[in-house]
Amino acid sequence: MKWIDFEKPKTVEDAVKLLSDSGGNARPMAGGTDLIVQLRVGDPRVNADVVVDIKSIPELNELSYSSSKGLTIGAAVECYKIYGDANVNSHFSALNDSATLIGGTQIQGRASFGGNLCNAAPSGDSIPNMIAHGAVATIAGPSGTREVPVEDICTGPRQTLIGDDELLVSINFPSNGSGFGANYIRFIPRNEMDIAVAGVGASVTIEDGKFTSAKVSLASVAPTPLLVKEAGESLVGETVSEEAIQNAANLAKAAAKPISDMRGTADYRKHLCDVLTRRALNTAVERAQGAS
Amino acid sequence: MPAKTYVQTTINGEHVDFLCEPRQSLLECLRDEIGLTGTKEGCNDGNCGACTVNIDGRIVTSCLVLGVEAEGADIETIEGVADGSNLHPLQLAFLENAALQCGICTPGFIISSKALLEQNPNPSEHEIRFWLANNLCRCTGYDKIVRAVQDAAKRLQEA
Ligand SMILES: Cc1cc2nc3c(=O)[nH]c(=O)nc-3n(C[C@H](O)[C@H](O)[C@H](O)COP(=O)(O)OP(=O)(O)OC[C@H]3O[C@@H](n4cnc5c(N)ncnc54)[C@H](O)[C@@H]3O)c2cc1C
Ligand code: FES
Ligand code: FES
Repeated sequence: MKWIDFEKPKTVEDAVKLLSDSGGNARPMAGGTDLIVQLRVGDPRVNADVVVDIKSIPELNELSYSSSKGLTIGAAVECYKIYGDANVNSHFSALNDSATLIGGTQIQGRASFGGNLCNAAPSGDSIPNMIAHGAVATIAGPSGTREVPVEDICTGPRQTLIGDDELLVSINFPSNGSGFGANYIRFIPRNEMDIAVAGVGASVTIEDGKFTSAKVSLASVAPTPLLVKEAGESLVGETVSEEAIQNAANLAKAAAKPISDMRGTADYRKHLCDVLTRRALNTAVERAQGAS
Repeated sequence: MPAKTYVQTTINGEHVDFLCEPRQSLLECLRDEIGLTGTKEGCNDGNCGACTVNIDGRIVTSCLVLGVEAEGADIETIEGVADGSNLHPLQLAFLENAALQCGICTPGFIISSKALLEQNPNPSEHEIRFWLANNLCRCTGYDKIVRAVQDAAKRLQEA
């Protein structure tokens, strides 16, 4: 690895100052499970001279819940803390579908949802799940903070609208009422430790046997994780039924724009979008009905 | 040449300080700066788990941790597992169940399995396999490793 300098700021302001003073040559580091590998192989997209370790900043370690504010996950909170958290387990248990899936035990000891989002891989396993939950990111920069829905963050493979002088601070998940259920599933050739051939995040809210809201989001079938608005909207107002779910799955399949690569052909990935959307919605429905 | 960084840690219960460059991984620091070569390098990209160490109660792949990040950390490596010349029940179980051939993966498997048994003394086979999914072995086919962990769990519970 080429020479790097290492900084460990203790406040958001200091981190933003380090990032903006470096003129684009500094990178924030949470768990480093993407960044260290990229620096080691000399990935030209991550040409950092300065690594800014953000794990000592209190806001980035926040993991809190209240019924009015919902769930807040600081950008550096590791996966193991997410699935070990009582509030996540009682109010947002579907987030564990992703937290327990990223890497294996060792990776989960370091990897964060924040890093997963900022790395912006089309296959990032937490991103469709966050999108399906209606999550909103808080980003700090030299001129203050802004809030951006997670579905708008990724702009291309490994590209985001977060500037070189900005820092993702936290991700907020609005409280979901009773009748809410969600799920993220991916297809990989083995049980653990692989990159999604396709992945689907889904959420539903059900009242009196009818969908009152729904969201479907896809991984690994487009340059970025994708919110398929029309799939979710097609369910709203419908009675919970196999036909309604199949219709949403068809719309998700139609929205997918996959490439063919060594993990699967474009046709195969489209087929997976249909199957996985159906399964994710069915699990979300089961969870919604179990919860209400 | 920019200056090296001074890092203070506790490794296997003893105070250890070392100098390193910020670009050096904790794995490189352990092996090249401190001389603890029990922790192995397989892939150097987080996939194989040969470099697994326990930091502050969490197992991580030390090839994906910077040495400078270890400031103030409490680290356990394979060298700290045996009690003098008395092997840990996991080490005995690995030997007696023939859970290794070339042995390069073994330190990582032992550190990972030890953390599992500390938080879950009686894991199911499924739990063992999922916990160890970040540790690869090219020799044994895993079955003997799973049996060894089950055997060690039994030994630890009887002890
Ligand atoms: C063996 C292995 C298995 C893996 N398996 C999976 C998997 O199954 N699914 C999956 O999705 N991923 C997987 N990954 C990839 C990686 O672990 C995840 O993307 C992880 O969530 C990244 O989080 P991190 O905290 O380590 O990010 P880091 O590596 O610290 O950062 C990732 C990127 O985001 C930037 N960044 C980090 N935090 C911020 C911030 N607060 N503000 C602005 N920019 C920031 C960094 O500069 C860097 O470019 C795997 C990686 C390895 C090594
Ligand atoms: S050497 Fe670190 S995981 Fe393979
Ligand atoms: S014993 Fe050779 S890799 Fe496991």
